[in-house]
Amino acid sequence: MTIIEALTLFFLAIGIIFNTLGVIGLLRFPDLYTRMHATTKATTFGSVFTTLAVVLYSIGMFAGTSDSQFIVLGIHAAIVALALAFTNAVSSHAIARAAHRSGVKPEQAVVDRLEEAGL
Amino acid sequence: MISFLLTFILVFVLYLILTAGSGTIGVWSSSEIIAGFILALAAAAITKNFLCRANNYRMANPARFLLIPVYVIGPFFIEVIKANLDVAYRVLTMNIRPGIIRISSGLKSDLGIFMLANSITLTPGTITVDIDEKTHDLYIHNINVGEGDELRPVIEDRELFALANLPAWIRRIAE
Repeated sequence: MTIIEALTLFFLAIGIIFNTLGVIGLLRFPDLYTRMHATTKATTFGSVFTTLAVVLYSIGMFAGTSDSQFIVLGIHAAIVALALAFTNAVSSHAIARAAHRSGVKPEQAVVDRLEEAGL
Repeated sequence: MISFLLTFILVFVLYLILTAGSGTIGVWSSSEIIAGFILALAAAAITKNFLCRANNYRMANPARFLLIPVYVIGPFFIEVIKANLDVAYRVLTMNIRPGIIRISSGLKSDLGIFMLANSITLTPGTITVDIDEKTHDLYIHNINVGEGDELRPVIEDRELFALANLPAWIRRIAE
């Protein structure tokens, strides 16, 4: 087994572990905001690492076969990782803001400065 | 004119990245280069006022935009790994102390606020919920508010990040 193959498996394992933790958090946390911490973040970290595993796999295959389709696969997977990171940040911000504006209060919260500011 | 050129270069480079591996001129085929050139001209003509809306070209300076990948791979990634392990621990133990706190950033530009808000949201355990448009303060939902932090009305931005001073990096890139 080459180093690149071993790293690919390692990244896949990290990705799957964090995706599993995201699902467990979704089931256990008490309200919308804490669930969003578990799902959007843990799953993004997991998805980014599974995508990085694809990039590494294509680099390894390109080094072995020098077939240009693996460059295409690797570059597109890298762009997927970037797009995941950007859309995750913007969409989770939009969901949280919409939830707070429509009256969903954070449960078990020790402080809520946004409620006090009344924005 | 500068905004048209900048948008054209950005779109053309993105097209070339997406079509790499198609032929023999470098790694591109001649038809892809011609199609990309024409599409980039059209896209730049239509969207130049969106990319350069503020009429401020300081981000065209390589010393600024080349710092962005350094920032993402270096200090930001370290923070994300540390915060991911922290949230994983809280998922398993349910040891949470949630709350919405107010963060004072001191950043002025739109891009700086955008980068700080997205860095905070992408770091697990913190979500940007809202922004005060006048003072540019951010409201953050934190999964584990520090002991005593719920009594302070405003918290400094660098206290959110334990290992690297991300706001200082953002100030260097965007302000």
